[in-house]
Amino acid sequence: MTDELFQKMSQSILDGDSDAAIALAKQAIDSGIDPLEAISKGFVVGVNQVGESFACGQAFLPELVMAGEAMKAAVATLEPEMQKRGTSRQVYGKVVLATVEGDIHEIGKTLVGTMLSASGFQVYDLGVDVPTAKIIEKVKEVDADLVGLSALLTTTMVKQKEVIDELDKLGLRKKVKVMVGGAPVTKDWVQKIEADGYSEDAIGAVGLAKRLVGVV
Amino acid sequence: MSKKIKSITNPKLHLEILTPQEVKKIHDATLWIIEKVGVRFPSKRALEIWAANGAQVDAEKMVVRAKAELIEKALKTCPPVYQLAARDPQQDLPLDGNHVFVGTDGCGVEVLDIHSGKRRVSCLQDVRDISLIADATEEVGFHWVPVSAQDMPPETRGLHEIKAIWENSTKHVQTESIYNEQEARAAVEMAGLLVGGKDKLRHRPVLSLMQCSASPLGHDGGSLDAALVAGEYGIPTGFMSMAANLTTGPATLAGNLAVGNAEVIAGTALIQLAFPGAPVFYAAAQTASDLRTGAYTGGGPEDFLYGAATNVLSDFYDIPLSMGSFATGAKEPNWQAGIENSLSTFMACIVMSDMLLGVGFLHGSRIWSFAEMMMDCELFSIIHKTMQGIIVDDETLALDAIAAVGPGGNFLSQKHTLKHMRDLFLPQFMDRRPYNEWETKKDDARDWALAKALKTLETHQPDPLDEKIKLEMSKIISSLESK
Repeated sequence: MTDELFQKMSQSILDGDSDAAIALAKQAIDSGIDPLEAISKGFVVGVNQVGESFACGQAFLPELVMAGEAMKAAVATLEPEMQKRGTSRQVYGKVVLATVEGDIHEIGKTLVGTMLSASGFQVYDLGVDVPTAKIIEKVKEVDADLVGLSALLTTTMVKQKEVIDELDKLGLRKKVKVMVGGAPVTKDWVQKIEADGYSEDAIGAVGLAKRLVGVV
Repeated sequence: MSKKIKSITNPKLHLEILTPQEVKKIHDATLWIIEKVGVRFPSKRALEIWAANGAQVDAEKMVVRAKAELIEKALKTCPPVYQLAARDPQQDLPLDGNHVFVGTDGCGVEVLDIHSGKRRVSCLQDVRDISLIADATEEVGFHWVPVSAQDMPPETRGLHEIKAIWENSTKHVQTESIYNEQEARAAVEMAGLLVGGKDKLRHRPVLSLMQCSASPLGHDGGSLDAALVAGEYGIPTGFMSMAANLTTGPATLAGNLAVGNAEVIAGTALIQLAFPGAPVFYAAAQTASDLRTGAYTGGGPEDFLYGAATNVLSDFYDIPLSMGSFATGAKEPNWQAGIENSLSTFMACIVMSDMLLGVGFLHGSRIWSFAEMMMDCELFSIIHKTMQGIIVDDETLALDAIAAVGPGGNFLSQKHTLKHMRDLFLPQFMDRRPYNEWETKKDDARDWALAKALKTLETHQPDPLDEKIKLEMSKIISSLESK
């Protein structure tokens, strides 16, 4: 019975079906199943399978995103129960994400957020056109391990440096790793502003984030 | 150096990519989107204009919903034909539906250095060098800002860039790199210096402003304000949608065209509501996103179909089109670059898109290559020749020559041959040498194209820009720079 439920959970992720994932999460709570077990034996199995299909070229980005969103919905549904039980999902790290000030380009950053959260990171997405001060404030508030900064324009890209400089000034630079992204971002730029890494796509960003927090 | 600009005109080739019924269906879908879903206009000035004209404005979300009648009425005042003026009036470009002009692409962030071949961050000197070579190249009709002058301050970068182009070329400048009101106003002042006052730009627009939309269904606030400044002075302006299947647009081509069209048409209507009769153009570089990475591909069959379909839409609205072609996703000038740039440009040319952007890039408009620039120019020449089609008349049927040669002879010594041999295309960069000759050198198009660019850079002397004008331009720029 429980195995069947786990199986369905995994399937809801494979189908990218958030509604089903939420219903199954509720069912697990009602049946007294440990939320952590529902995640590890149910939903995560689905995430891993989609990841594997993607890696061998059988699944594509929209399937990955939908699986990620279903996973996020399931975890959010289980969250209150975890709090009640005084447990919490183990995350690889806390990530503050933002598109920098003056820049409204959202999609790449949002995609990175979805991928990171599906891969086991706690993501705080501040949205677009976010002033440096606000990013720093959030980093301090949540005690972030990682900051992800997106920019699509060469004129706004300079704000990535501003955030890094500010973290440096506050003595947070050693603790907080910074990854940057966006079409104009290059290896040279990353070296110049002394960021910890960059990725040209969302899948690569997950690998990078894992390396930066030392999981792989 | 010849001042000639090569353009495709009076083509013999045609293509019907969408039927009138299909265009109407896309148009109706577009109006439905603008009225029911809305388009985001994050600019105070833009929202006020919409509200004053009776559109429904959600001030908090900055989303505008406008009825079909309002949009259709606004679009009626778009001028169907106008000219892009050049510093040298011989190089003015008529946007009349019967010319296809090519520009340099923009705005890249890296350059393959012309001397070392090494990839590096772009700077102001690159803008100068590229503009100078483009000035001397007949296939290039006008300029975009090719690469970002990243060694200049962000707040005036766009102004340094257009000044550098005017200093090195007499051709029209269309900037895609000025996207806020302050820089747009300064650019108008600078352009005004070239024509004896900014009030004269309406008649001699030596500058035009291209703005990118923020797909899906949005605009950038600064871009809107800059476009409104252009409208105010009668400087041609247009909105470019880059909505891409899967990410910023639906997975289907028709739906993605409707999304892009809604962005462009709503932006165009705004300019007309504010400044009826202001010259506007349609701009698009739609494509598919890669299924694996989500990246903007800038090539492939979808891209080629958009290349042709978009001009049918801009013709429906009777406004000129600035169309993204070329811009291969290839990392170096290779098989992929050849396929993508040939087909995207051919498809955009066969429907007579007015402006094509543009020559010179690798890696999806990010890395400038001088060799690619020159090869793209030759590619345009090939399409230019192809578009002339086959002329069938008594002279071209050549019956006298055929009779004179008879069975088994050859045509090499015929007068008719001498008269018409130069009608045939003579490539600059195609390898038609004997195999032995190639084997001793093993060089190819890339080497010859780069050599041509280098030679042009070393020898071409553009008509200089008046020193007084340069000084005035510098003053305008420095007044905006924080010290």
